[in-house]
Amino acid sequence: MNFDQARFSRDDEYEPLLSEKDSTTVEVDSEGVLPDDLTRDELTLPALSEPQLARHYTRLSQMNYSVELGPYPLGSCTMKYNPSFTEDVAADPNAGVHPDRSDRTIQGTLGLLHGLQEYLADIGGMDAVTLQPPAGAAGEFTGILVAKAYHESRDDDRSEIIIPSSAHGTNFASAAMAGYDVVELPSDDDGRVDMEALDAAISEETAALMLTNPNTLGLFERDIVDIAEMVHDAGGLLYYDGANLNALLGRARPGDMGFDIMHYNVHKTFATPHGGGGPGAGPVGVVEELAEFLPSPMVRETAAGYEQYEPESSIGKVHGFAGNWLVLVKAYAYIARLGDAGLADASAKAVLNANYLASQIDLEVPYGPFHHEFAATSGDRDAADVAKRMLDYGVHPPTTKWPELVSQAMLTEPTEVEDKASLDDLAHAFNAAYADSDEALETAPTKTSARRIDQVSAARNPRLSWQALGDDE
Amino acid sequence: MFEIPDDRKYLESHEWTTTEGDAVKIGISDFAQDELGDVVFVELPAEGDELAAGEEFGVVESIKAVSDLYAPVSGTVTAVNEELFDAPELLNDDPYGDGWMLELEPADESEFDDLLSPEEYREQTE
Repeated sequence: MNFDQARFSRDDEYEPLLSEKDSTTVEVDSEGVLPDDLTRDELTLPALSEPQLARHYTRLSQMNYSVELGPYPLGSCTMKYNPSFTEDVAADPNAGVHPDRSDRTIQGTLGLLHGLQEYLADIGGMDAVTLQPPAGAAGEFTGILVAKAYHESRDDDRSEIIIPSSAHGTNFASAAMAGYDVVELPSDDDGRVDMEALDAAISEETAALMLTNPNTLGLFERDIVDIAEMVHDAGGLLYYDGANLNALLGRARPGDMGFDIMHYNVHKTFATPHGGGGPGAGPVGVVEELAEFLPSPMVRETAAGYEQYEPESSIGKVHGFAGNWLVLVKAYAYIARLGDAGLADASAKAVLNANYLASQIDLEVPYGPFHHEFAATSGDRDAADVAKRMLDYGVHPPTTKWPELVSQAMLTEPTEVEDKASLDDLAHAFNAAYADSDEALETAPTKTSARRIDQVSAARNPRLSWQALGDDE
Repeated sequence: MFEIPDDRKYLESHEWTTTEGDAVKIGISDFAQDELGDVVFVELPAEGDELAAGEEFGVVESIKAVSDLYAPVSGTVTAVNEELFDAPELLNDDPYGDGWMLELEPADESEFDDLLSPEEYREQTE
């Protein structure tokens, strides 16, 4: 595949900002309800015609790379295509319900929320699910607050949370934000939890162990049942980071492995938009014993219909109302459309695609057998340079130099949505970039709209947008 | 070969400290700055803070990595090199001179005996 990204520039200046294309000062009628000192008499706005505006945004979109153009195999981030029918469902005017309406008048809305609680509980092997947290990381934080409330309710003062060194950075942050000390757990030679180190780390101070399974290298934690027993024997709880649930969907359930709390990354697993790009959702499931601590409100079904209620010892609210409702609608629609067979098929293809891709690349993959993602190594070549060169072959590169367990790591997760031709394109990009000359790697990318970024200058002298705006004053 | 001056002592984690006078200077080694690559951000304690030997006292961030900094000996911070906040590249350009990080009034001089000599540190980096 030959690739040349669109590039709109004059004298090497990119497509200008709207405010650089035109700035027209218009008088504003400031007579209104706001006090005079809070209003302006004139505004400077870009006065552009619709075609000017349409071309501006279309050009920007053509200078961009997105999952609608090609694969985006960022390991541990799971960037997969979101089917557009879920957008149609969320855009249905009937989905626009004011959150303060009485339960009696929004039975359909509550029924959907209840249905999603049930779907997710069933998928994760959990007993109760809150839909309120607005992102995966917020779900983690909520889950840890629930663990804390549980221990406190038993007058059991615990101070530590154990986290593998290869875990997602958010795990450490969630534990620290909840006031816990973090105990870091090394990996064993196979890339899994080091059981001896775990045994040494567990104590009566252990509030919880946070794990993702399969782990960050895509490896299944085979000792999970023993791990659960060790943590539970010490009075601790087992937390499941749902980041890698895609590998297990419809085949194995965290609840059955002994996990007590889990969050679901609905953007990774159920194809809703990523939280960073707008409102997200990170539901949290728990076992029966912890259900009373979940955030309020939850939805339950009674003889009189659906109603919202506050769990008995709720930790309170972590977001307004029921959470980001329209994101939840999309997750529900996706699960309902796929069904049991479709979800199981998604995990099969996620694992098959990762394994097929790995078999087609010339880079070594030191750890396995892996599931939905793998950490290849670029050996004595710089992983970031190989990644930048991959851009020239028309694909987005994988996550680089993480996890640190693999030197020059290229953590790759093609996801279930790619077909064979697309995986072959990816493999070609890997192999061609890996085999290219040092010079080609050091000067890449050369075919993208933006060329090699000066990372040092960018980090040392950031041009913050509020300062940039201030320049115009 | 990396520069390892003979007039100071070292930690396995690549910090150095001078050993003479009421206040000693602390920084990171030439080897450390080379491994880190271009440094873009430094976080240091405030004047008057108490540090314990082996305790984390700050963070250094490069485009490649973020690393914790460890105190070679216990003591009270008497000065902080604030120039590093605006010009973190001093750590790359002159790690033993203008790239110093802290001045510390040592609490227990015997702690210097636990640190690596220049020869021992040289062996570690080879």
